[in-house]
Amino acid sequence: MAESVQVGGGVGRDEKPKSDEPTRRDFLYLATAAVGAFGVASVAWPLIDQMNPAADVLALSTIEVDLSQIEVGQRVTVSWRGNPVFIDHRTPEQIEEARAVDVAELRDPQTDAERVIEPEWLVVVGICTHLGCVPLGQRPSDDRGAFGGWFCPCHGSHYDTSGRARRGPAPLNLAVPDYEFLEPTLIRIG
Amino acid sequence: MSSPIFKSPVVRWIDHRLPIFSFMDHELNEYPTPKNLSYWWNFGSLAGMVLVIMIITGIVLAMHYTAHVDHAFESVERIMRDVNYGWLIRYIHMNGASMFFIVVYIHTFRGLYYGSYKAPRELLWILGVVILLLMMATAFMGYVLPWGQMSFWGATVITNLFSAIPLVGESIVTWLWGGFSVANPTLNRFYALHYLLPFVIVGVVVLHLVALHRFGSNNPLGIDTKGPQDTIPFHPYYTVKDMFGMAVFLIVFAGFVFFAPNYLGHPDNYIPANPLVTPAHIVPEWYFLPFYAILRAIPDKLGGVLAMFGAIFVLFLLPWLDRSPVRSSRFRPIYKWFFWVLVADCVLLTWAGAKPPEGIYVVLARLGTAYYFAHFLLLLPLLSIFETPRPRPTSISQPVLRGGGVPAGARAKPMEKA
Amino acid sequence: MRRIVLATLAAAALGLSVNAANAVEGVTVPEQDWSFDGAFGTFDRASLQRGYQVYQQVCAACHGLSLVAYRDLEAIGFTEDQVKAIAAQAIVTDGPNDEGEMFEREGIPADRFVSPFPNEQAARVANGGALPPDLSLIAQARAGGADYLYALLVGYVEPPADMELPAGMYYNTAFPGHQIAMPPPLSEGVVAYDDGTTATVEQMAHDVSTFMTWTAEPKLEERKRTGVKTILFLIVLTGLLYATKRKVWQHVH
Repeated sequence: MAESVQVGGGVGRDEKPKSDEPTRRDFLYLATAAVGAFGVASVAWPLIDQMNPAADVLALSTIEVDLSQIEVGQRVTVSWRGNPVFIDHRTPEQIEEARAVDVAELRDPQTDAERVIEPEWLVVVGICTHLGCVPLGQRPSDDRGAFGGWFCPCHGSHYDTSGRARRGPAPLNLAVPDYEFLEPTLIRIG
Repeated sequence: MSSPIFKSPVVRWIDHRLPIFSFMDHELNEYPTPKNLSYWWNFGSLAGMVLVIMIITGIVLAMHYTAHVDHAFESVERIMRDVNYGWLIRYIHMNGASMFFIVVYIHTFRGLYYGSYKAPRELLWILGVVILLLMMATAFMGYVLPWGQMSFWGATVITNLFSAIPLVGESIVTWLWGGFSVANPTLNRFYALHYLLPFVIVGVVVLHLVALHRFGSNNPLGIDTKGPQDTIPFHPYYTVKDMFGMAVFLIVFAGFVFFAPNYLGHPDNYIPANPLVTPAHIVPEWYFLPFYAILRAIPDKLGGVLAMFGAIFVLFLLPWLDRSPVRSSRFRPIYKWFFWVLVADCVLLTWAGAKPPEGIYVVLARLGTAYYFAHFLLLLPLLSIFETPRPRPTSISQPVLRGGGVPAGARAKPMEKA
Repeated sequence: MRRIVLATLAAAALGLSVNAANAVEGVTVPEQDWSFDGAFGTFDRASLQRGYQVYQQVCAACHGLSLVAYRDLEAIGFTEDQVKAIAAQAIVTDGPNDEGEMFEREGIPADRFVSPFPNEQAARVANGGALPPDLSLIAQARAGGADYLYALLVGYVEPPADMELPAGMYYNTAFPGHQIAMPPPLSEGVVAYDDGTTATVEQMAHDVSTFMTWTAEPKLEERKRTGVKTILFLIVLTGLLYATKRKVWQHVH
């Protein structure tokens, strides 16, 4: 760069570029552009990342649920990440019914054992896999559909006692969230 | 200017129907610019960059901010603590306001020094003053949004200025507030307007640029360009020079954001607004201090308000107050000194505005105010009559005829590039 | 370049005039050495944890910390289990439950620090009319920051002989006006530090001021770290752009 200082400051200057100049100049331009582009890209990330869940939202992304108060045959809804989670304390008949299904006939083949940790506790995200409505079936008086599980009133999807899609437009079974048993009657979802 | 030939057929197809590429080529590429612009001419593009930064960070903050008196303060703190990079974005926005004013004030004083407001650029100057007014309104309303003590009391004091208007003053203030004090309706409307006004500024900036490109930039010699030997294409010469200036400026900006983010602010604004307790010393943000000093210098309520607004409105009249045909201070031996006295006067007013309104500070503020108006209303018209300008060079690329300092033209050679 | 320097100086001069306005009048606040000072400053984790202990055992009786969540304490070196235990000691009012009643439960890490008083009026009644301010932002909300907090906490002395203090007021060298309603909160050994540090008044004041600086700006370290990287990057970019500018302009006179 010292050379360009002389040229810029002097009265007489070399009109013709020196033989090595094009490559040196090209390199300088490329380097500047590359560093500039890196800068722009680094600035872009905070502007994108700010729309991701914030720390206080993430802090509530796991919840603990005490199951000891839920009677056999009772279903409860808890809120997890702003979505309903269905917890079903299943009766032996319901478990039997879920196990008896021929998996090969299902549109989203899953055995009941794949969908539960303890057979008497079914935990699923209560959102219809069709277009996101909340299916009926949590209250005893609800229409539970043709398979004794849940029925989505929006577009008529039927789920069985394992939360699997059996009839209607829903393409997938009700999702099973990540959860674990901390104690026999205490689970942590998320 | 003839239309450029574009290599890409797609570009040619679009340009034939929608000549945006020709337009950009004409205004940003081959746009002939005086070749002797100094670094003082960087501040216009710097202001443009800060405006873009403010709009982008502002939109991002709006995604997390809650405009309600019960939640505003906490939502700002949530941005600072929980939102990913929220602290960074908010500190940029907060200090960006100060940076915007630094840049625009320097840009304005450059215009004063080099006579950039004179014919045929009067409307260019007036649009600039309009932008300054819009910036002040935007900055004021933005400062209210965090709903700290200074937000609340700043809003109270500034809106109360309008109560000085005879007869309808009180009604106007009630109308501004949407109630009988600064409260939730006030916060909501300030938020709406704070979001709107920057885009109005963008619109006026476009007009400012249209007016600029009508006659091109003024230059340190203040003489018109006489032909291609006096100009160089905007790109790459001024694009790279502007980018260099931006990088230097960003270092200063980053210095504030990362190492002194609250230096230009006031601790009281980290206390949630309390309508029952006024802080002991309420001070506006630094960029309003000269105007605040003028407001307090006049012992009459209406008079103070008029003087404060007058300090800006006098700038609208400037092209007609300064009748000297010479633009650049380089060739105005007396005006040059008064320019620097005006700069010192504005620094004095800034300082006085930060001090409590008592004793020597009031005296100095009054002297400063008197001088400010005397500069524009008395000195400039008189100078136009009595000052003998130095000889000016005939063109940017010709050396000055004799004596008169060593302007850039002394070293200038005709352009071989042309 | 000279002009750029000038412009920078002008900006700095404007800044100075503002800073003058921020000075606390009639009160001297000596500067202390803090681990978080300077461009490379970081928080002293041990001091932060001791500071938390002082807050919890002394200040928390009257002062809230409502903008800080228990989960945030992981950032000052507490483990997840420790944070859970700390949170569980708090009693959080939640609800309404299925019966429509508000109920009390143990705190969880996602909860914010529970304030000692339910509202301002309750706080004033319990403190003889004075309101103990929330401490979340206190280091940013007072001119002088940590230096001021330290000076305040060690600033309790006997009032001058000619001064008549109203009942319930104490004399403090750092407090504006010198009359403060808060009784001297710290005395030698009022806290038994878990790490065995001797709990002198100065030590506790230093630790809790450090902790308050953290609660006011938990992202301080991240800010400074990012700042150093950003400035270094910008210096490289500026150098390259200057070289490019010289290259582009070398044939223009």
